[in-house]
Formats: sequence, C-alpha cells, structure tokens
Amino acid sequence: MRHETIEKSVNLMMVLIVVAISIGGLVEIIPLMLSSDATQPDEGIAPYAALRLEGRDIYVREGCGNCHSQMIRPFRSETERYGPYTTAGETVYDRPFLFGSKRTGPDLARVGGRYSDDWQRLHLKDPRALVPESNMPGYPWLAENIVDPELVTAKLRTLQFLGDPYTDRQIAEAAGQVEGKTEMDALIAYLQELGTNRRARR
Amino acid sequence: MAAFWAWFVAAGTIAFVIWCVWLISWAGKQGPQNKQDEDLVGHKWDGDLEEWNNPAPKWWLYLYFITIAWAVGYMIAYPGIGAFEGILGWSQQGQYEQEMQAAEARYAPIYERFAAMEFGELTRDAEAQELGRSLFAGYCTTCHGSDARGAPGYPNLTDDDWIWGDDETAIIATITHGRNNVMPNLSPALGGDAGIDNMVNYVRSLSGAVAADAAAMSAQPMFVALCSACHQADGSGNQALGAPNLTDDTWLYGPSAESVRETIVQGRNGVMPPHGGLLGDKRTKILAAYVASLSDNE
Repeated sequence: MRHETIEKSVNLMMVLIVVAISIGGLVEIIPLMLSSDATQPDEGIAPYAALRLEGRDIYVREGCGNCHSQMIRPFRSETERYGPYTTAGETVYDRPFLFGSKRTGPDLARVGGRYSDDWQRLHLKDPRALVPESNMPGYPWLAENIVDPELVTAKLRTLQFLGDPYTDRQIAEAAGQVEGKTEMDALIAYLQELGTNRRARR
Repeated sequence: MAAFWAWFVAAGTIAFVIWCVWLISWAGKQGPQNKQDEDLVGHKWDGDLEEWNNPAPKWWLYLYFITIAWAVGYMIAYPGIGAFEGILGWSQQGQYEQEMQAAEARYAPIYERFAAMEFGELTRDAEAQELGRSLFAGYCTTCHGSDARGAPGYPNLTDDDWIWGDDETAIIATITHGRNNVMPNLSPALGGDAGIDNMVNYVRSLSGAVAADAAAMSAQPMFVALCSACHQADGSGNQALGAPNLTDDTWLYGPSAESVRETIVQGRNGVMPPHGGLLGDKRTKILAAYVASLSDNE
C-alpha cells in the first residue's frame, strides 16, 4: 500500500502538509493583500491623521476590540442599527484590522458623530454615569496621560515606509498636532471619525 | 491587477481540487489481496496478536470523493472560482439587497399610513407609539436613558420642560438636524469669586432654591446685562435659542450650587447629534410623536 510511503517518510509528509495548507493561504489571503479590489481606499478614506492614529493605538492598547467589533455585516439587522455595511476599501489603512469577533458592547465601525465629544468623555471615564445598565469598565486614566509627540512622528514615518501615502509635510506637522493632548482627546478624535465617510441610510 | 488575481484564485482552486483527487486515489490504492507474511505491519502484541496492512474501508474512501464532488458542485453553483459568479447568481450583496427589498415591501405600507396621519393622531395611535418606542430604544436611550428620564447634561424627556419646544416642528428639527447648545463662559465679567458666588445664588434664587438675600440680589443687574440675551431678564428662558428656563425646578446639569457654578465658570456645550440621515423623515415623525407623548403621560 502506497500510503505507507507518506506515513514512513517524515520529510515527504511535511512537504505535502505544507503544500496542502499553503494553497489555502495563497488563494484566500495573498489576493486580498495585493489585488486592487481590496487595496484601493474608498472615497473619503485617508490615512489616519496624527491624533487619530494615536487614538487608534490607545484603542488597541486598552483592548477595546475585545468587546467592540468594527465590522458591520451585510444583514439588515446590522445595517439598521449601525449603518451601511463595512467594505474592504474602508479599512485599507488599518494596521492591524480591528474587525473583532465579539460584541459585548455595540459595533463601533460607524460610531463617529453618533454622540457628542462630551458624551464620549464622560462615558469613557464612567460609563454608568450615563448608561446605568452598561457593564463597560471606566478608563479615567486616559484623561491624565499625555500623548508622546515624538512617538507619533516615528509611527507616521513607519507607516509611510510601509506604503501609506503620508506627505512629508503631514509628518513634520504631526508632533505639533498632538502636543499637549491627552490620550482621552486622541481616543475621542479617533472614535468621532469612525465610519463617517458613509453614514446616511435613508 | 484584479483580473490577474481572479485567474490566480481560479487556477489555485481548481489545481487544489485535482490534487486532492489524485492524492486520495494514489494513497487509497487497494491493499494486499493474497496476504503474505510481508503484508503484516510488523507490530506484535501479547506474543501473537498481529495486524494486516489493510486499506481503509471503501465507504471511508468514498466519503472523500463525495466531499470533493460536493465541492465541485458548490463551486459551479456559487462564486468560488476566481471571477466566476456561479450559475445560481448568488452574491452577498445581492442577498443583502433582497433582504432590504423584502423589508421595504413589508414595512413601507405601514410607514406610508403613518406619514399620512396628523402629528397629534400619531401621539395617540397605539401602533405608532409601539414603533416609536422601538425607535427610541435603538437611537435615543444611550443618552436619554431607557426610561427617557435623561442624565446630567442629557434632558429628561418625560417632564413638561422643553429646552427647544415641544411642538411638532421643534421636536422634528431637534431629531433631524441635532442641536448644538452653547452656554459661554461669562465668568470673567463677574468680578472674581465673590461676584460668581452672588450670581450662583441669584440664579438659584430664581427658582426659590435659596432665598434672594441682598448679596444675591446684587448680581441682578449683571444677570440682566449678561444673561438676559438668552435667558430673558426674568430668567424664564427662550426656546427659540434653546436657553433653559431658570425659574423652574428642572436643572439640566443638576440643581446644586456646585453644578450651577460650574456652568457659569466653565460654560456648557450640549450637543444633540443629528439623526435625520439615520432615520429618514417618516421614522423621524413617528419618533417625534413618541417623544412628544412621553410627557403627556405624567
């Protein structure tokens, strides 16, 4: 029986397993990284401005994505509540993606403009002050931490190196834009623009 | 670029299916027919318990071929091979649009009926109220609370005190376009801490929260000069400007001296975000009627 040949040769088996697994990746992942269908930004989508980029990193750091998704699926039950479904072109500048897979809290893909800045500020400090039934933890330290301007410049330069179309001028101005801002300011700036490129449903 | 990747996906998918067929038929070849000693796998347990190198059962092998046949059928019916759309014409977008059309066909007549009704009728219609309640739960409760009683800075909608007015036009305008309500910081003109304290006391005395003593009354001319443009000289407010009535017991940011002081010293910026684009005219009208009815119940 020739199956024996594979079973008794670890090297051959290894090669075949790698081939079997990588074909899936080659066909499903590589085209999404390189095909223009998936890498062209939608209208109104630009690389994150300095303050928003900082806010996004805080969003990642605080683990917001553990309870909040940023992926509105193409079902009526989702688009009625959150707005138009998410497209590939809206997330081309997201490194890493924050699609998420768990919704303890609501989806945030189009939360921008849904609440006022003050609401966001109060709610991030103490969610239950505004929504008594909420089980979201408070993040009061965000209002005290100051964003590091030097780090922002380095981040933008890295993203430019990776191919995001930041201009040199944007990078030069970045540090000034976040100077003296708190992490709260940055996170709110990020949240308030989320998904605002496409909002209207009717 | 996109076309190249479509071919890439198609080629990869088809090659993989062919490869699976080859692998399984190659590895699943018939085992020994006339069993000789060399067909034993060589393991021996308990002295004489040995094992033939038999092939896997046929039904097991056929399961592999059935799943492959299923995959081929699936890729003919549904999109899977590069840019080929599948003979069923299914797409995620198409399914979504179908779902939306089905909902539109079902709900449009209901909204049509309500669109034709008078605002006053809507506030009394049980079905419209039920719809309004669910719209309220979806869009408004985060700030105004699930009981619509609001929170500090977010108005209570169940009382009779209305910042921007309670008629159809005002409520619909508030929901559709939102409101941006700015109370400027005018404290520099009050002449230091004592002046601010006097103004706090004067403002609170308007509703009878504290007695209007001489010190408080000394702030009255300043109130008329600074505050009356929006709140009126008697403090009764102005709904056209969204300036709250200061003579009643309703306090948007709380009735305490501290919060009144904070309002005067820091100013306030109350924002109601616009919801017109989210709701559309017909739903807005139903929601407005529900909001209007909230205060009728008391």
